[in-house]
Amino acid sequence: MSDHVPLLEMKNVAKDFFGNQVLKDINLTLESGQVLGLVGENGAGKSTLMKILFGMTEIQETGGYDGDVMLNGKKLHFTSPFDALAEGIGMVHQEFSLIPGFTATENILLNREPQKKSVVSEVFGERLNTLDRKSMKQKADGAIDKMGMHIDGEMVISDMPVGHKQFTEIARELSKEQLKLLILDEPTAVLTEREAEVLLESIRGMAARGIAVIFITHRLQEILNVCDKVVVMRDGVIVRDVASKDTNVSEITRWMVGRTVDSDTQMHRKPPETRTIMSIRKLWVDMPGETVRNVNLDVREGEILGIGGLAGQGKLGIPNGIMGLYSAGGQVTFDGKEIPLNSPRTCLDSQLAFVSEDRRGVGLLLDESLEWNIAFPAMQIQNKFLKNYLGGLIKWRDEKAIADVTRQYIEELQIKCTSSRQKAKQLSGGNQQKVCLAKAFALEPKFLFVSEPTRGIDVGAKALVLDALKKFNRENGVTVVMISSELEELRQICDRIAIVSGGRIAGILPATDSSESFGALMVSKVV
Amino acid sequence: MSDLRNADAGWQEQLANAYKSFGLPRLIIAGMLVVLLIAAPLVGANFWMQITNVINRFSWNSVLVLAMVPMVHSGCGLNFGLPLGIISGLLGATISLEMGFTGPMSFAMAIAIATPFAILFGIGYGWLLNKIKGGEMMIATYVGFSSVSFMCMMWLLLPYRKPDMVWGYAGTGLRTTISLEGYYDQILAKFLQIRIGDLVIPTGSLLFFALLAFMMWAFLHTKTGTAMTAVGSNPTFARAAGINVDKMRMLSVVLSTWLAAIGILVYQQGFGFIQLYMAPFNMALPAVSAILIGGASVNKASIANVIIGTILFQGIVTMTPTVMNNAIHMDISEVLRMVVSNGMILYALTRKTEANS
Amino acid sequence: MNKKTSAPSGKSITSFLGENSVPIMFIIIVAVCIPISGFSPKFLLNEIITRMGRNVFLILSLLIPIMAGMGLNFGMTLGAMAGEIALIFVSDWQIWGIPGIVLAMILSIPISVLMGIMCGKILNASKGREMITSYIISFFTNGLYQLLVLYMMGSVIPIIHNSIKLPRGYGIRQTVGLLNMRQSLDNLLALKIAGVKIPVMTFIIIAVMCLVIVWFRRTKLGQDMRAVGQDMEVARDAGIDVERTRIISIVISTVLAGFGMIIYLQNMGDMATYSAHSQIGMFCIAALLVGGASVDHASIGNVFLGVVLFHLMFILAPTAGAKITGDTMIGEYFRVFISYGVITVALVMYETKKRKAKAGMGQMLEAAQREEAQSDA
Repeated sequence: MSDHVPLLEMKNVAKDFFGNQVLKDINLTLESGQVLGLVGENGAGKSTLMKILFGMTEIQETGGYDGDVMLNGKKLHFTSPFDALAEGIGMVHQEFSLIPGFTATENILLNREPQKKSVVSEVFGERLNTLDRKSMKQKADGAIDKMGMHIDGEMVISDMPVGHKQFTEIARELSKEQLKLLILDEPTAVLTEREAEVLLESIRGMAARGIAVIFITHRLQEILNVCDKVVVMRDGVIVRDVASKDTNVSEITRWMVGRTVDSDTQMHRKPPETRTIMSIRKLWVDMPGETVRNVNLDVREGEILGIGGLAGQGKLGIPNGIMGLYSAGGQVTFDGKEIPLNSPRTCLDSQLAFVSEDRRGVGLLLDESLEWNIAFPAMQIQNKFLKNYLGGLIKWRDEKAIADVTRQYIEELQIKCTSSRQKAKQLSGGNQQKVCLAKAFALEPKFLFVSEPTRGIDVGAKALVLDALKKFNRENGVTVVMISSELEELRQICDRIAIVSGGRIAGILPATDSSESFGALMVSKVV
Repeated sequence: MSDLRNADAGWQEQLANAYKSFGLPRLIIAGMLVVLLIAAPLVGANFWMQITNVINRFSWNSVLVLAMVPMVHSGCGLNFGLPLGIISGLLGATISLEMGFTGPMSFAMAIAIATPFAILFGIGYGWLLNKIKGGEMMIATYVGFSSVSFMCMMWLLLPYRKPDMVWGYAGTGLRTTISLEGYYDQILAKFLQIRIGDLVIPTGSLLFFALLAFMMWAFLHTKTGTAMTAVGSNPTFARAAGINVDKMRMLSVVLSTWLAAIGILVYQQGFGFIQLYMAPFNMALPAVSAILIGGASVNKASIANVIIGTILFQGIVTMTPTVMNNAIHMDISEVLRMVVSNGMILYALTRKTEANS
Repeated sequence: MNKKTSAPSGKSITSFLGENSVPIMFIIIVAVCIPISGFSPKFLLNEIITRMGRNVFLILSLLIPIMAGMGLNFGMTLGAMAGEIALIFVSDWQIWGIPGIVLAMILSIPISVLMGIMCGKILNASKGREMITSYIISFFTNGLYQLLVLYMMGSVIPIIHNSIKLPRGYGIRQTVGLLNMRQSLDNLLALKIAGVKIPVMTFIIIAVMCLVIVWFRRTKLGQDMRAVGQDMEVARDAGIDVERTRIISIVISTVLAGFGMIIYLQNMGDMATYSAHSQIGMFCIAALLVGGASVDHASIGNVFLGVVLFHLMFILAPTAGAKITGDTMIGEYFRVFISYGVITVALVMYETKKRKAKAGMGQMLEAAQREEAQSDA
C-alpha cells in the first residue's frame, strides 16, 4: 500500500488573501472512481479550494497558494484553467457557461469541434476548416449517453429547461477524453427532484468508469446516497474526513456549523418582549439567485433580528424586496401602516433605511466624495443639509452642514480617509462599509435593514461595524434586522435569529440556541 | 494606499499623475493652440484680430457646448441628439420672424417661442432615452438625424409667408439661409461691445453665456441638481435613495434640449444668418468634441470643461486656416478639424468610464 | 419559451407581423407609390436589377460583424475609402477594363486590412458601444483619407496624370472619371431579356460571395464568431481568442466593403472623390434593416429583400412626392428621412428587446405562490 499513488493528493495546502487566511493545512486524497462529497457553510473555503485545484487565475493574481497539489503523484503548477483541463480536471460551475443560441451539441464541443480540412484551410490556416457536423453529433451523443440522462442534442440552449442546461454542461466535461477528475459545484441546485436522482445515478456511472468526482452540495442526503466519503470544511480547515457509510445527516450538520464559541463575548440580553413593529405577510421577491417565496415574519420593536441561511436561499431577497430594489409582492405593515412595495421612496419616507450587501453597486457613489455619499439620502428624503432661499423655492446644498455631519461620522465610526472630500472608491472595503452605515445613520431611521455588513472586510473593521450597529440599536432604540451568512456573527449581536431556507422562513430561534439547531434549519428546505 | 505612495514619490510622480488626469490628446491640442498663437504674428497674421476671432467664435458656440452638461450629468451620455434642440431654436427663430417682430424683440420672442417646442421635444426624446438605457448615444445620433431630415420637409410645407424668408419664385418654402439683418443680428454682441485697436470683445454675448453658465452651476448645487448628478454617477444608488431615476433623466434631457435651442439662437445672432435644412446635421459633433477636449468624459462634465473646451476647440478651428495659409499656402484646417474633433470623441469612447466595474 | 409551443396560431401571426414590421411597412409604401409615380414595370425592373448589381456586394460586407456580435458596422466606410484609393491609383496608371478592376481589388486588400485592424483594435477597447464608435471612426478616417488624397497625392505620393490632379498641382480632383472602366464587369456576359439588361458577371460574383458566406458560417472561424457574438465571456472561457476573432471579423468586413465599392463605382462610371463613401455606409445599413435584419441578426435574404424594397422606395419617392405635393424636393427629403428613420426604429427595437427579456419572472412567482396557498387550503 505504501507505494500506491492516489489520483489526487493535497498536502498542507493553505491560502491567504492579503493576510486574510482562508485555507490552512488542507490534506486530502482521492482515488480514481471515488466520489467525494465536499460540504461546509458559505465561506468555509470550499470554493477557494476548488479554485486552486482548477487553476483559476484569481489564485495566481492574489499571490498563489502554499502546499502541494499532486495528480498521479506529479506536482501541479496551473497558471490557468486550461492547464487544469489539459491534465484531465473538469469543472461544472454554478453559473452556466453556455452559448444561448447554440444547440446542446455545439455547446458540448465548444472550441473543440471536430473539423474537416479543405484547400482553403491549407492555405489560410486551420480556422477555415469546416466543422464536421456528423462527427460532432456522434461525439456529443456519446457524451450524452455516458451521462445517462437523455437530452436533445439539437435543441437550442435558450429553449431548454434549466435542468437540461445543467446536464449539457456535465456532458461537455464528459466529452473530454482525458477527463479523470470532475468537480461538480452544487449541480443539483437547479434540478427537479427527478432530475437530481438521474444526476446521482449518472455520478455513480462516472465513478464506475473510473472518473473521480468531487461533489459539492448543500443537500446532505444526496451526499450520503452517492459519495464514498465526506469531507466537511469549516473556517478554512477540514474538520472531518470520513466514509459516508459511517455518518448521518445530523452529524454532518453539527460538524458544519458547530464551533467552540468564545463564550466571553456572549453577553446576551433577554430578547425584548415588545409590540410588533413590522409584520411581513406572503412576501415574494424576484431577486435573481435569491428568490423569496411566501415569507411571513414579525419584527419586534427595539430588537436586533438576525436573518441567516445558506447563500442563494433567499435571505438577501427579503430586505431588497421590502425596500423596493427588486420587484416584490405581498403585504408589509410597518408601525400600523401598510408599506407599498416596489417604491424605495415611500419606505424611506416611513423612516426605514437599508444598508445594501452590494456596496459598490448599490451602496456607494464611488466617483463622489464621502460628503456626498453620507449626506445624499438624508438630503433628498428629509431635506436636511439644505439652505432655503426665496421661501423654499431654491433648495441650496449646505456644504458646511454636509462637511460637519461627514466629519462627525468619520470620527464616530473611525473611517480612515485623507479628508471628507476623498472619493469613496479610494477607500478600503471596511471603510466603505462604514460609509454605508453612516449614510443610513444620517437618515436617523426608526428601523434599519443591514445586509451582509461584514462581507469582505477585515477583522478589525468587522468588530467595529458590529459594535456600531449594536450601539445604534441600544442608544437610539432603533430596530435592526441584520442579514448575514455568518451564523456566529448573528449570534454575537442578535436577539433572535430567523433562518431562511428554500426562500421561506424555516424557523426562528433565540440567538442562544445551539449551533446544531440552526444548522438543521439551514438545510431543512434547501432547493 | 495611493496616498502612501504619493508621500514618498515626490514631484515627478505627481507631475506624471497630473499628466495622466489631463490626458495626452488634451495636452497635444493645448500645445497646438500655443504653437498657433506664437506662429500667428511670425507668419504675418494680425495677432489681435486672431484673438478677436477666437473670442467671437467662443461667444457663438459656448451655449451649444453648455447644452451637453445636463445629459452628461444624469448619465445619458454625450448628447448626440443636439440637432433636436437646434430645431426647436429654428422653429422659435422662424416663427418669431414670421410674426413680424424685429430688433431685440425678435430675439426675445424667438427664445420665448422656442421654449415650449424644446420642452415638448425634450419630453418625447427623454421618454425614448428612458426606454433604451445603455444605448443612448447611438440612438440619440439617429434621433437627431431623423428629426433634421423630417424638418427639411416641414420647412418646405409649413405655411411661412414672409417674403424675406421664403423662396422668391415660389412664394412658399423657407430659404436655406435667412439673413438676420434688421432682426437680431449681433444683438448680444453689440451690447456693451469693447474695442481696443484690433481687439473687439462681444461683451453682451459673453455675459449672456456667463448668465446661463451661472444658472447651470447654481442648478447643480441645488437639491435637484445633486440628485441628477447622483443618477449619472450611480443610478442604482440613486434609486435606493428614493430618487425617481427616469424623472431626473427626463429633466436633464429637457434642459439639454432647451439649452441647445437657446444655443443656436445665440449662434445665429453672432453669425447673422439662420441656417435651415441640413445645417443642424453636423452641429452635434463639434459641440461633443469641444466638451471632451475641455476635459469632460462620457459621464462627468463641469462648467470649466465647457469653457476650456470651447476655447481650445474654437481656437484651433479659427486659427489654423489663417496661420496655415500664411505659412505654407495650404489650407488643411478642415481636415485637421475632422481628425482632431473625431479623434477626441474616439479617445473618450475608448476610456473605461463605467462607475460600477 | 414554453409559451411559443403552446400559443395559439393567432399569436404567432401577430408575432410574425411584429418581427417583420419594417419590411411590411415598406412593402405598403412601395405598393402605394408605384401607381402614383406612373413608372412602367420595365423601367422599374431595369432600375432594380442595376441597383442590385451595384449595391448587394457592399451590403453583404455588413453580415459578418453582425454575426460576431459587433452590431451594424458603420466602419464599412473604411473599406469604401480603401476601394477608392485603389481606383485612383489604377486610373492614374491607366489600367482599364477588367484588368483595372481586378488590380484595384488586389490593391485595396492591404489598405483595407490595415484600416480594418485599426478599426477592430479601437472597437475592442470600446466594447458595448461598438456602433457609436465605429460611426465616429468613419468620420475620423474620412479626415485621414482627405489628408492623403487632397494633400499628399501628387505632392508626396507620385501621381502621373494631370487629368485627375487638381489644377494647383497636388490633390485629386472632385471627380475621377472611370469611363474606360465603366460597367466593364456588368457588360461581361450581359444578357438582355425583353429590354431588361442583366449584368450576368456581376451577379455571378454576388452569387459566389453568398456561397462563400454560407460556407464561412460552417467553418471553425465562423462558429467562433457566432460564439463570441453571443457571449464573449463563455467563448473566452472555452479558449477562443475573443479579441482576435473580433478584429478578424472587422477586417473581413472592411475588405469586402472595398471590393463592393469597386463594383459600385465601376457601375456608376465616375467617382466623387470626397463624397462617394460618406453616405454609402448609411444607405447600406438602412437597406439591410429594411430587409428585416436587426442589430444582432441578419441573413442573405435580408440583403436581397432590403435592396429591392429600399431602392424601389428610393426611385419612387421623389416622383411620388412631387405628384402628391407638387414639390420634387419633398420626395428627396422624404427618402433621406426614411433612411434615417428606419435605422432609428431598428436601433430602438433592438435596445427595448434587450431590456424586455428580464420582465415576467415576478408574475410567475406570484402565480406559484397563489397555487400553493390554494393547495394548502
